[in-house]
Amino acid sequence: MSEVLVLVEQLDGQVRKVTLELLAAAAVLGTPAAVWVGAELNEDAASALASHGAAIIYVADDAELSQYSVAPKAEVLAHLVAQKSPSAVLIASNAEGKEVAGRLAVKVNSGVITDAVELAADGTATQSVFGGSTIVHSKVSHGTPIITVRPNAVAPVESAGAGVRESVSVSLSAGAKLAKVTGRTVAQKGGRPELAEASIVVSGGRGVGAAEGFGVIEALADSLHGAVGASRAATDAGWYPHQFQVGQTGKTVSPQLYVANGISGAIQHRAGMQTSKTIVVVNKDPEAPIFELADFGVVGDLFAVVPQLTEEITKRSS
Amino acid sequence: MKIAVCVKQVPDTWAEKKLRADDSTLDRESADGVMNELDEYAVEEALRIVEAGEGEVTIVTMGPERASETVRKALSMGADAGVHLVDDALHGSDALATSEALAKVLSGRGFDLILFGSESTDARMSVVPAMVAERLGVAQLTFAQKVTVSGGAITIERATDYGYDTVEAATPAVVSVVEKINEPRYPSFKGIMAAKKKPVETISVADAGIDQSVIGASAAWSAVVDFAVRLPKAAGTVVTDEGDGGVKIAEFLSAQKFI
Ligand SMILES: Cc1cc2nc3c(=O)[nH]c(=O)nc-3n(C[C@H](O)[C@H](O)[C@H](O)COP(=O)(O)OP(=O)(O)OC[C@H]3O[C@@H](n4cnc5c(N)ncnc54)[C@H](O)[C@@H]3O)c2cc1C
Ligand SMILES: Nc1ncnc2c1ncn2[C@@H]1O[C@H](COP(=O)(O)O)[C@@H](O)[C@H]1O
Repeated sequence: MSEVLVLVEQLDGQVRKVTLELLAAAAVLGTPAAVWVGAELNEDAASALASHGAAIIYVADDAELSQYSVAPKAEVLAHLVAQKSPSAVLIASNAEGKEVAGRLAVKVNSGVITDAVELAADGTATQSVFGGSTIVHSKVSHGTPIITVRPNAVAPVESAGAGVRESVSVSLSAGAKLAKVTGRTVAQKGGRPELAEASIVVSGGRGVGAAEGFGVIEALADSLHGAVGASRAATDAGWYPHQFQVGQTGKTVSPQLYVANGISGAIQHRAGMQTSKTIVVVNKDPEAPIFELADFGVVGDLFAVVPQLTEEITKRSS
Repeated sequence: MKIAVCVKQVPDTWAEKKLRADDSTLDRESADGVMNELDEYAVEEALRIVEAGEGEVTIVTMGPERASETVRKALSMGADAGVHLVDDALHGSDALATSEALAKVLSGRGFDLILFGSESTDARMSVVPAMVAERLGVAQLTFAQKVTVSGGAITIERATDYGYDTVEAATPAVVSVVEKINEPRYPSFKGIMAAKKKPVETISVADAGIDQSVIGASAAWSAVVDFAVRLPKAAGTVVTDEGDGGVKIAEFLSAQKFI
């Protein structure tokens, strides 16, 4: 079986959950081979990759690689595509992942499919478009398929891989060094799971009323060990930071559980959460369109319902 | 400073979108066309850069005849000139083809900065800016929530999941912007009148020197095998809060094994 390259997503040397999901998707297509680009590969990361099926781990860990944005990753992958002729390259479908995929597609003259939610053994990708209202099957018809896969779409699978390490040395071209990263600013994070990766998301909208109102949303999220999301009305009002916006012009999330509080369910918001497996709604307006998506909904004031729910969850889980 | 802004006409996001049964491409006739909302932020940013210094803003679009409305809108916001690539041969172009066509139109015109929105609301791929940077061999500064230009140096704050990265490059550069960067202006009446007299160059694939074999549906690097409209979800349970709404949800979550 030929190799399927998986670009590893890491944060401070820790492998992110989406990479383990991608390794499971890769196993359907061929032999999973992880590609590590960035800081030195640590033992924890290597064993996480191997225990989720990575037969090979390509390691490109020159210090220089992390000084530049996007382009070096595409260059390392292009080099491996030329050398190893993989049957596909899988990358996480997030902002940077899609850009790496795009540059790689240009470099190796291959087709690219973004936001896949499922992959079949023959390389057919399933995409869910227009806010989940349409399911599309597509296939790359030219070159090495480059596919970005959405977080939370494929379940990670524990499966022992050999995890054989092979170092890759790539001397970056001048073109890959044009945009230099000179600083990294980490906003407050507060230990919650990353929004796009979280299996539970609790969101607040205009109904939350003020920045302070998000306290009840955060408390519910924490009781469920979930992430916090917001509608654009809430982020535009400055009640919650912009990077937590869910929707057409924000993040697309597809968690196991999405709890929408004080959100009306405008088409642009739905575009970012409609494919959530289970949807719970709290809204005081029984006519709010978000109720059309609800598996379970309560017509009521979120400031009464949400704290009671949090308390009940805390009671039941202790 | 010579700035180009790539803008795309997209179906109004308020409209229900669907695929055409004949060739699985987006049905653009069935909805009103508007400027991709994120591209308005790119136009605004270009205007602000020029207003703070000097220079000229050219709007570049690829799309059918009526996409010229979108060019006019950008001109009425204050941009100076437009270039509209329009050709039946372009129908069905994917991101690779679009980036190739845009790169051909942009190259050789001496732009110092090429601005993009960070995503089109119809294709939602977020790849065209990176692809154009790759094709032109210029710096890629994308997902900017802040842009600072000083002489030939350009610095952006690249929005990330964890906050932002500061990224620097020398011009020429491709920049894409996110919506929190600014508040786009509305065209004024004066702006709308002035836009009518601004030059818009309409060019074909041949004029731009684009190789016909790499664009359009027939050249697509990926193909839709089939598609289906998902049936609407079965209606769930909705109850009215009678003082026990939170407990009711907890019971539901517990039955679903979330707690
Ligand atoms: C191009 C474009 C892109 C967009 N992108 C996005 C996007 O990415 N994400 C996004 O979310 N939106 C987006 N929007 C905006 C979208 O159209 C809506 O304006 C927005 O989603 C509304 O947010 P909301 O539901 O919080 O507010 P509203 O529509 O004002 O709804 C608030 C809801 O809260 C309820 N409520 C009020 N008080 C309470 C209470 N005490 N208890 C319970 N319920 C209460 C009300 O009944 C109401 O249903 C976009 C718009 C455009 C044009
Ligand atoms: N046909 C087009 N004409 C001009 N600009 C485009 C076109 N398609 C995409 N773009 C630009 O590329 C950005 C990202 O688009 P996409 O990669 O399709 O999500 C948009 O915000 C536009 O700035």
